[in-house]
Amino acid sequence: MIGSVSLPELLASALIVLGASFALIGSWGLVRLPSLMERLHGPTKASTLGLGAMLVGSIIFFQLVKGEWTTHELLVSLFLFVTAPIAANMIAKVHLHRLRLGEQSGPAGPPAAPRDGSEWATYKAPEEGAPGWFPDE
Amino acid sequence: MSRLIPHPGLSALLVIVWMVMVNDLTFGTLFLGLVIGIVVPLFTDAYWPERPPIRFAAGTAYVGLVVWDIIVANFEVAAIILFKPNHKLQPAWLAIPLELESPEAITVFAGTISLTPGTVSADVSACGTYLLVHALHAPDPAGEIARTKARYEARLKRIFA
Repeated sequence: MIGSVSLPELLASALIVLGASFALIGSWGLVRLPSLMERLHGPTKASTLGLGAMLVGSIIFFQLVKGEWTTHELLVSLFLFVTAPIAANMIAKVHLHRLRLGEQSGPAGPPAAPRDGSEWATYKAPEEGAPGWFPDE
Repeated sequence: MSRLIPHPGLSALLVIVWMVMVNDLTFGTLFLGLVIGIVVPLFTDAYWPERPPIRFAAGTAYVGLVVWDIIVANFEVAAIILFKPNHKLQPAWLAIPLELESPEAITVFAGTISLTPGTVSADVSACGTYLLVHALHAPDPAGEIARTKARYEARLKRIFA
């Protein structure tokens, strides 16, 4: 069947292989990077381009090869773009506590305070007038 | 108009998401989508007291820029993971001073930083004027802060003006 591969099929295959490669590289990053904060970079990124390429490949395959209308993939990437930063943020906030307690360490060490007399919101409630601050009832 | 459709942007988004989710381009789907797009904002109006003004044209251009940056920077992070040994890696915490003030704008800025590879936003300061960002490889933290501010924050300031 080598002589009868159409261009959309070729394009879809290339995109799926590209996406899978990024997913593999992201997973490898999870294994080899030194501490949690660095490891967080691997999977959050692989999910963006790796999954993106696979989904575009899927759209091309169903629209052009199978001739079926499909848009589910766009929704998958939209939800991923909305949720991935929040998941990463939650993991980072827990890690900030463990860094300060000395339960874990990393090459970058614990973060310095933003400026004298202030603190990151994970360690301290929002100050008066800051976003997220509400007056006591 | 404003009584029936208090949030036109949200209504349009709901109709589009519904059409995409049902995966079907028929009039019946569109009708049900329109019903959802009108009813849901009406019932949830009480939970959206304020609406930040957004410039949609600038916002669309911003989405395009971020998507492009995600693609380019993915290759950079892949190269770091594959070819840079741990002892040459220089991870750093960046404290980015914020000029944005509305919570929505800061959220979009933090989300952009997390999605563009090489940086993850971890926290905001208790005073709400600094963003804590972890960079995978930043030999020049000050330059990285200036680049992020110029590329994303300046544009967001115009979008949420």
